[in-house]
Amino acid sequence: MTRIAIIDYGMGNLRSVERALTRVAPYADIVVTDQAHQLLAADRVVFPGQGALPDCMKRLEQRQLTGVVRRLMRDRPFLGICLGLQVLFDVSEEGDAPGLGILPGQVCRFADDSFDEKGTRLKIPHMGWNTVIPVADHQLWTGIPALARFYFVHSYYVREQQTEHCAAYTQYGTRFTSAVLSENVFAVQFHPEKSAENGLALLSNFVNWNP
Amino acid sequence: MGLARRIIPCLDVKGGRVVKGVNFVGLRDAGDPVEIARRYDEQGADEVTFLDIAATAEERDLILPIIEAVSAQVFIPLTVGGGVREAKDVRRLLNAGADKVSMNSAALLRPDLVSEAADFFGSQCIVVAIDARRTNDTPSGWRVFTHGGRRPADVDAIVWADEVARRGAGEILLTSMDRDGTREGFDLELTRRVADTVGIPLIASGGVGNLQHLCDGIIQGHADAVLAASIFHYGEYTIRQAKDCMAQQGIEVRL
Repeated sequence: MTRIAIIDYGMGNLRSVERALTRVAPYADIVVTDQAHQLLAADRVVFPGQGALPDCMKRLEQRQLTGVVRRLMRDRPFLGICLGLQVLFDVSEEGDAPGLGILPGQVCRFADDSFDEKGTRLKIPHMGWNTVIPVADHQLWTGIPALARFYFVHSYYVREQQTEHCAAYTQYGTRFTSAVLSENVFAVQFHPEKSAENGLALLSNFVNWNP
Repeated sequence: MGLARRIIPCLDVKGGRVVKGVNFVGLRDAGDPVEIARRYDEQGADEVTFLDIAATAEERDLILPIIEAVSAQVFIPLTVGGGVREAKDVRRLLNAGADKVSMNSAALLRPDLVSEAADFFGSQCIVVAIDARRTNDTPSGWRVFTHGGRRPADVDAIVWADEVARRGAGEILLTSMDRDGTREGFDLELTRRVADTVGIPLIASGGVGNLQHLCDGIIQGHADAVLAASIFHYGEYTIRQAKDCMAQQGIEVRL
């Protein structure tokens, strides 16, 4: 039986991720945990998250999970969601905090008082359903139509040109990285667990992904 | 293809059932929350909002199993409001499966609650609901009201909207108490004033009687999302029809 561990570091709506995974993988053994041994026993790992990056790093360190998370990222399918994407990078403008530095690049804040090409003010957080455009075909996008929309809610982002690992991009005033892929690590800025059927399809693809 | 404007059906919940008030009096039973939420998800609703209108604390606890049941079956964002007094109410609702929690009177009573909740849980899950009425005794011409629009609060609606945005609210749910239940459309002037003042997303509410009203809220009111209850609950219109109407008028929607 596949074992899926959801990393519990005390932030974010973990129940939603658990419920969505239960829907797409009813026979999997799904645990929400902050215990290193349970995380290391899992076949695949999900790093969800909402909130601020400095808090996230602090809580990982308090639970002595930073090293465990790095190790999990090396050798098994790993899915980062929202903050779970941002934490992969070197550094964030949010409190000038360092991330895990798995991928090179900086996490920036959307600019205040900016407008799109039609003159519409861009509200922060970027909240709602936006189009995700994959840069290449990949098993993780199987069954998801072109120009599919996913649910976003975030104020910080990774610039598209900052990462060679960009797997999909999205337009919100600027073009930003809405998914990254690096070997066995896949991370998305949006919330698949809140993105109706397309989100469930993506989670199902992750559960069946063998990088 | 950028960010879509959202359509949010709102379910008023009392004693475990969905009801919809007309000016918060004369409630009619409109059914089971889980079934209704699922139907809206199938129709393409972008989010669902539950407003708990329970009168007592015991009755209020009845919303928790509802949120749990809905979030196990409906995979779109869920907002829950009504009866949120302190940070521990926010936590209870988030733990039950709410993605966003909306606060109203408690924020007016103690504005620090907004800042504290935003700092602790993150702005993304804190919604401040503002009920406003036209008056001639505030600078903007709109005053905040509480208690279902009956009791005036000591604050101008535009000033309050600006303050909660600065305190870290992630979104504002703005209801015109003059229009709520009238089916005459949003108070577009009020909606536009607030939408243009704050840098956070605005949900327009109160007065929707037809699909054109939803389009007007976005095009003329500059709202980021539109909320309605009765036009959807009684099967008059589907969410899909509302989105088709919006798309025909050049509004970006998720179809």
